[in-house]
Amino acid sequence: MDITPTDSALPPPSRGSVTRIGDRVFSGLARGSGIFLLVVMASIAVFLTIRATHAISQDHANFFTSFEWDANATPPVFGIGVLIYGTIVSSVIAMALAVPIAVGIALFISHYAPRRLATPLAYVVDLLAAIPSIIYGLWGAIYLVPHLKGLNLWLDEYLGWTGVFDKTDPEGAARSLFTVGILLAIMILPIITNVSREVFRQVPKMHEEAALALGATRWEVIRMSVLPFARSGIISASMLGLGRALGETMAVATVLSASPVLSAKLLDPVGGTFAQNIAAKFGEASPFGRDALIASGLVLFVITLLVNGAARLIIARRKEYSGANA
Amino acid sequence: MSHTIADKAPAAVPATRRLSQRRMPRWAPAAIAAAAILLGIGIGLAAGLESRIQWGMIALLLFVAGTYAVTTAVEGRRQAKDRVVTSIVWACFIVAIVPLYSLIATTISKGLKVLNGDFLSHSMGGVITIQPGGGIYHAIIGTIEQVGIATLIATPIGLLTAVYLVEYGKGKLAKAVTFFVDVMTGIPSIVAGLFILTVWVLMLGNGPSGFAGSMALTILMLPVVVRSTEEMLKLVPNELREASLALGVPKWRTILKVVLPTAIGGITTGVMLAVARITGETAPIMLLVFGSQIINNNPFEGGQSSLSYYVFEQFQNGNDASYDRAWAAALVLIAFVMILNVVARGIARWKAPKTGR
Repeated sequence: MDITPTDSALPPPSRGSVTRIGDRVFSGLARGSGIFLLVVMASIAVFLTIRATHAISQDHANFFTSFEWDANATPPVFGIGVLIYGTIVSSVIAMALAVPIAVGIALFISHYAPRRLATPLAYVVDLLAAIPSIIYGLWGAIYLVPHLKGLNLWLDEYLGWTGVFDKTDPEGAARSLFTVGILLAIMILPIITNVSREVFRQVPKMHEEAALALGATRWEVIRMSVLPFARSGIISASMLGLGRALGETMAVATVLSASPVLSAKLLDPVGGTFAQNIAAKFGEASPFGRDALIASGLVLFVITLLVNGAARLIIARRKEYSGANA
Repeated sequence: MSHTIADKAPAAVPATRRLSQRRMPRWAPAAIAAAAILLGIGIGLAAGLESRIQWGMIALLLFVAGTYAVTTAVEGRRQAKDRVVTSIVWACFIVAIVPLYSLIATTISKGLKVLNGDFLSHSMGGVITIQPGGGIYHAIIGTIEQVGIATLIATPIGLLTAVYLVEYGKGKLAKAVTFFVDVMTGIPSIVAGLFILTVWVLMLGNGPSGFAGSMALTILMLPVVVRSTEEMLKLVPNELREASLALGVPKWRTILKVVLPTAIGGITTGVMLAVARITGETAPIMLLVFGSQIINNNPFEGGQSSLSYYVFEQFQNGNDASYDRAWAAALVLIAFVMILNVVARGIARWKAPKTGR
């Protein structure tokens, strides 16, 4: 509404806000973009569910417990038993290896490293987080797998009695869930380190100085003032890493020699994960086979959604971390 | 004043020295480390262990145990614990650096073997996979087009969403958007690929194309752009907005002419980091673009290749010539991503908003 000098003598009664065309259009666009994002998320869930229910209704085996993946056959037989197991086992191995080391590196950067080393180190870790997963996959398959042979032999010989580290063919290539776990650990290391470091930096200096003033050693400072403050941050950092490990495709597809066998022997080259199975079976899938793969993708989507949602809720409880997840 | 302090200082020093504990000399950790390494090598040689990694492990264990024993004897248990944790933290750092260093070193050394002008300017058209030769020209074209289209779609939507969250957003809708942006960051790339496959290919009946891949990349890029832009817009001081609004400038012009230009450096950085992230995505390309051996300049029709997919394809061929090409393409990909990262961070530092903090 134009306010010119002539009609300013009688200003219209205040209506809270002046509506301008430009403002309406712009705020509408901004709001629309936000809604578009929600629509995308919702339609991912809806469309995947539609195809998945179609596929599962035709399945002649139990979708959740069956091991076979033969969706192209008539009648189609497929199930995600092996995939759930493989996805969880490889991610758990990755977490068990990566979380302590990542927290160690984060502590190293925030509290132990000489200042001149800490800044470039933080920078390098940032860069490592950006390396594409296919390159980890290539390196894992060509370089890491042969180099893990010695470790596999050693584990088989000395820890084989546990059953977990028993290897059926000790001389075989290390294309197992265990190797995948190690590779995933290397991949998620930079992310967990970044977020934890960010949290460690936000520990109030006063807490640390108070502990130091009482005569605490550096470790005691960390145990008494840094770690308690950062606990929820470390948990959410780990869950972000877990989310990435669960959904990793290319690194697993290149390293793992997959087969539909569920085995507690982690060093045996068998098993599979959701993402790896989709990547491996997609090329030869019939139209129905694609729907079956979409059904397994939906399960993966739900799992990562739950993990990430939980991580974000933990972060949101401590508002000060909200800027720490770049 | 200074006079009295100078008088007292010499008397104070011996007093504090008596109060403090016995300390180990500064060279003690180095000496223990040297002893541990020597012992490790000795044990390794004596036991005939082949792997150098095992020697290192033994030396590391000896170092930690030795530090604990010596420090307990000299300085007490608390100090000993502190020193052990210090060595564990250092060990974490070294353990993590080894594989990451190896990854970069392997890629560079193997990649340089076939990387040259011909490799960058030729496609794989007419090259038999077991032969050396061929190149990544078609893959570079594919990557640039797919990532370019994704950036063109995702940047405006992402910017507007961030503007909504910072400048307009209140209530439930804004909260929901914030939460789902965060959750969307964690969507596996293969799920994004499957979604576009469902809608674009299976339901609408389109064939594989670079554009289909771009749409999946857009889904992966959007949340990253929103997050980083949001953080940057929050850094813009409120005084600038108020000054502009007080002059009677409409809100939308304030945002376009004052807020966004102030934060443009950080926004550019965020977009570039997002570009770097999606450049390396392989899974959606595999599902939606299918790859190609020849140059296809049209992203809207027919299969295309991309750098990341090319690496995977060559790896799958499984012969030495293909492995060489895979490493060289991986090197180009890493170099591209790294340059984007470094430039982005440079811009961030150069254009950082002056918040007075």
